[in-house]
Amino acid sequence: MAFIKTISKGKWRDGQLKAACGECQTSCQSACKTSCTVANQPCENTEAR
Amino acid sequence: MVHTFTVRGDHFAFDSVTGALHQLDEAALLVVERTKQNDGKVTDEDLLTPVGAAVASLIEEGELFSAERTFTTAELYPDAPKIKAMCLNLCHDCNLRCTYCFAGTGDYGGARGLMSVDVGKKAIDFLIEASGKRRNLDIDFFGGEPLINWETVKTLVYYCKQREAETGKKLRLTLTTNATLIDADKAAFINEHFVNVVLSIDGRQKIHDAVRPAVGGKSSYEKTVQGIRTLLDSRGDLAHHLRGTFTNLNLDFSEDIMHLATLSPHVSIEPVVLPDEHPLALQETHVERILEEYERLAVMLDEREAAGEAVDFFHFRMDLDGGPCQYKRHKGCGVGTEYVAVTPDGDIYPCHQLVGEDVFRMGSVFSGIDKGEVKDQFSELLTAPPDACHTCFARPICGGGCAANRWHRSGDVRGDDDLGCRLLRRRAELSLWLLARRIDRETAAVLETATN
Repeated sequence: MAFIKTISKGKWRDGQLKAACGECQTSCQSACKTSCTVANQPCENTEAR
Repeated sequence: MVHTFTVRGDHFAFDSVTGALHQLDEAALLVVERTKQNDGKVTDEDLLTPVGAAVASLIEEGELFSAERTFTTAELYPDAPKIKAMCLNLCHDCNLRCTYCFAGTGDYGGARGLMSVDVGKKAIDFLIEASGKRRNLDIDFFGGEPLINWETVKTLVYYCKQREAETGKKLRLTLTTNATLIDADKAAFINEHFVNVVLSIDGRQKIHDAVRPAVGGKSSYEKTVQGIRTLLDSRGDLAHHLRGTFTNLNLDFSEDIMHLATLSPHVSIEPVVLPDEHPLALQETHVERILEEYERLAVMLDEREAAGEAVDFFHFRMDLDGGPCQYKRHKGCGVGTEYVAVTPDGDIYPCHQLVGEDVFRMGSVFSGIDKGEVKDQFSELLTAPPDACHTCFARPICGGGCAANRWHRSGDVRGDDDLGCRLLRRRAELSLWLLARRIDRETAAVLETATN
């Protein structure tokens, strides 16, 4: 391996979004019901895609 | 914020602002750590080395040590917080007697009871009204055990369909059930109307029956498995999770995950939240063992995936290519601001885990929110998060964690949940490691195809 291998470039900047749209699922409605994990929630902002 | 960590000898740097992930050799790890201590600037001495130059290039490209963003409430809630998700407690009663249940034995510390159709309709109307312009609304049919109140479940599902047609809203229905009452007819109805189902089962029979007995102490395992199989036989690709809880009885919970994976590849297991004095509580002395077990689980799942038998463990999902926006990553679950729970009597609470706690009663579906201050304290959590979040790389992954867990552990929604946070941080690291392993495999496969 070289000194550094980039596994994934940063894609979380969301520069195109001016504010939250509030359309995505709340995380507690999915599987956990007792401990938060939001990173695996899909974005549902149709304007952002 | 850049977080460095090591899993099974593999070193990584993760930029939690952008989601950039880099694998490092020993020399690069040392340079990145020195750069962290130097406020995100490569030291003059390191700049003279090839490794230092490589790190400096990544910083220049915005792939390491990206600037932090702060958010205003107006950005998080452009037209003020809107309640748009609801946990509908169809039933404060249960046919099981789970020894760790936050709902007591289904009664939430109060009277046992079933939600009436009238209260359920009022709750659905309240949600639609409160949601303003939000189109996608979520309702979780929850309990106790909601299938005890089956006729009401069906009536309210049809009412949701009626209200969708009248309002143009999309009402996405989830069912959370212990599965013991599912038969073929119920399965057909559930699979037709519920976009997501959470099926509670704790894993191996000896573990499941020890903590999830039926009323009278009898085994519930066979009925649970039978109900799950009946449902999944006709569910196809529709979303569902088998969801377990681990306690200090099964610190080897990866065995329970593997057991659940014999029923479905979509699995989750949660650390129990109980007062320290409870015999099943997770204690500080268990933490190292639990962290080791998460790593053991990650290795097992990596091997399964490499063998073409992937298991989808909810807390190891990680999407660095997309996932939610930064706002969502700061808002978290929306407790009390976008998400509420409703009791069979129609009382509104910020979260299903806070039902029955008088200080958190926000109002009623009949009269609306009459204690705005309860809502406000959760709204304020977003722009001024608990202290521990300020220095934590995992905040964009957990969204600030679970306020109810913090309250249960510390008596303060802003208090510490150190144990929960430590487990979450390790799960996040292991998720990133698994992702790196997956990308390695995919790259190797592409190269092999290209050379053949």
